[in-house]
Amino acid sequence: MKQEGKIAIWKDYQKEIADDKYFYVRSCIRQNFFPASEVTFLRILRDELGKDVYEHPCHTTCSGIGYHGDVVPVETTMTVVARQFALMTESGYENYIPSCITSFGLYTEIMDTWHHFPEIEQKVRENLRKATGREFNIPKNLAHASDVIYKFRKEISAKAKYKLINKNTGEPLKVVDHIGCHYAKMFPSKGVGGAEYPYVLAGMIEEWGGEVIDYPERRHCCGFGFRQYLVQANRGFSIACSHEKFESMKPFKPDMIITNCPGCPMFLDRWQYVIKEMEGKTYGKNNEGIPVFTYEEVAGLVLGYDPWDLGLQMHQTDCEPLLDKMGIEYDPEDKYRTGAAPIAAEKFSHVKV
Amino acid sequence: MESLYNQLLKDIRFVEGMNACMNCGVCTAICPAAEFYNYDPRKVVDEVQDKDEASIEALLKSETIWYCGECMSCKTRCPRGNAPGLIIMALRSLSQELGYFVESEKGRQQLAIKRTIGDWILSTGYCVYLDGVSIAWHPEQGPVWEWVQENKVELLARLGGNYKGDGPGILRKIPQETLDELRRIFEVTGGIERYEKIEAFSKAKAEEMDLQFDDTMNNEYFEHIYKTNNGSHTRGL
Repeated sequence: MKQEGKIAIWKDYQKEIADDKYFYVRSCIRQNFFPASEVTFLRILRDELGKDVYEHPCHTTCSGIGYHGDVVPVETTMTVVARQFALMTESGYENYIPSCITSFGLYTEIMDTWHHFPEIEQKVRENLRKATGREFNIPKNLAHASDVIYKFRKEISAKAKYKLINKNTGEPLKVVDHIGCHYAKMFPSKGVGGAEYPYVLAGMIEEWGGEVIDYPERRHCCGFGFRQYLVQANRGFSIACSHEKFESMKPFKPDMIITNCPGCPMFLDRWQYVIKEMEGKTYGKNNEGIPVFTYEEVAGLVLGYDPWDLGLQMHQTDCEPLLDKMGIEYDPEDKYRTGAAPIAAEKFSHVKV
Repeated sequence: MESLYNQLLKDIRFVEGMNACMNCGVCTAICPAAEFYNYDPRKVVDEVQDKDEASIEALLKSETIWYCGECMSCKTRCPRGNAPGLIIMALRSLSQELGYFVESEKGRQQLAIKRTIGDWILSTGYCVYLDGVSIAWHPEQGPVWEWVQENKVELLARLGGNYKGDGPGILRKIPQETLDELRRIFEVTGGIERYEKIEAFSKAKAEEMDLQFDDTMNNEYFEHIYKTNNGSHTRGL
């Protein structure tokens, strides 16, 4: 294909991402499992890039996991989302950035439904008025937080202290990108690169010096499946999906996995631990696991932030193999320090994968 | 009574997800649940579009509709613009409205999701909340999670969180006025009514199964639905 043709097609898979004045809403899962990633996102946007990012203290869950767990009706979820939009409107913002992929997919779905069925939007407005007295505008721009980091990947690269390069060999690190299903599978035009070839994480990896691995099960779900993990009896489905991905990526010898979804990094991290416990099998070199990261954690490492300020001690699969490859200096004694009194690292010395 | 098909048509997700299926099976080929479970989204869509009442009722009472993980991979690939995942969501909603969900092992699990995720939304303002994710219920979270739970106050402070604090930030306390607003939204839009139906139908089923039932998460029925897997659901790979 001629280069002009490629460029013309690629234009269909670009999206507009606002460049400042963001209304930020948090992720339920990430606040619990990757709290420092959201802290890092705000640190990069505000301190490194000088952007205006506002968080309203009264925003809540979007109810998305309850919605996809099928206990919360669609009318209820739409009205909870409308309340979030009302907080944005009242705060004087128009550019909405969710930290969560489930939320991002839900906002995309709801805005699309309202576009095609304006009578539903009107009903939601009535319900919100009746329940809270609030009014709302629909966001002028909706982007996932990873879209924003993608947008500023070159600015981050310009400030980089480390690259995604093996310091011993000089070779690019081999990186698996895992995109949350609800980022673009429902509405491909709303994600950078669409659903089949999403570029949001690949763009960061390439810009920061790494090499993206293409492997057969690259687009397979991590296995969250909402009810398939939430209920203990169903978790065989969840681990089976992650297992399928690990088996598929292993021959390509990945140095790391990077994700943009709240649940995916947790599952890809924890299921490696469980597979080792159950079968004694690991997917990295030297009986180690493949370290799994959020995109903010990787951006933070590239910018030279302390790994333990990034919350990497909350991973079950050790991050140190990747830190060593990148040549990042860190204090092992500081890993499990939580406050004034350090916690004995040996207490958790068995926490290895 | 209004036909089941017409009741499905009242769900906007059914309207958006169900166009005309030509049975190509691409949805099944891409579906992670079809790899693992005895599940074929093509068949579900075909059964529904046949509009046969007995067949739809059987689906609403079946294990089948609870296998989907709602990843929506099917939506991407369907050449006719169908979304089997959205059709499944409409079927699950109707199954709960009519109380049919308690007729299957997987359907009965809805009470567990309601009493965890569902109730946390109203009591904390979060779908998932640190205090509720115990290592006993989540052994797969591993030793690191045990450490996180034991040191959560200090750890979250060290990482820049605002655990149970006022104002914005990580795991902040959601103000009572906000929780009151959430509850009113649930009351106005049918969320509370849905919760009450799940509770009522589950209680009746517990009596039928002769399992102890109360409003906590420590009773025979909850334990049963949360942990029981009769082993007949998967393809037996």
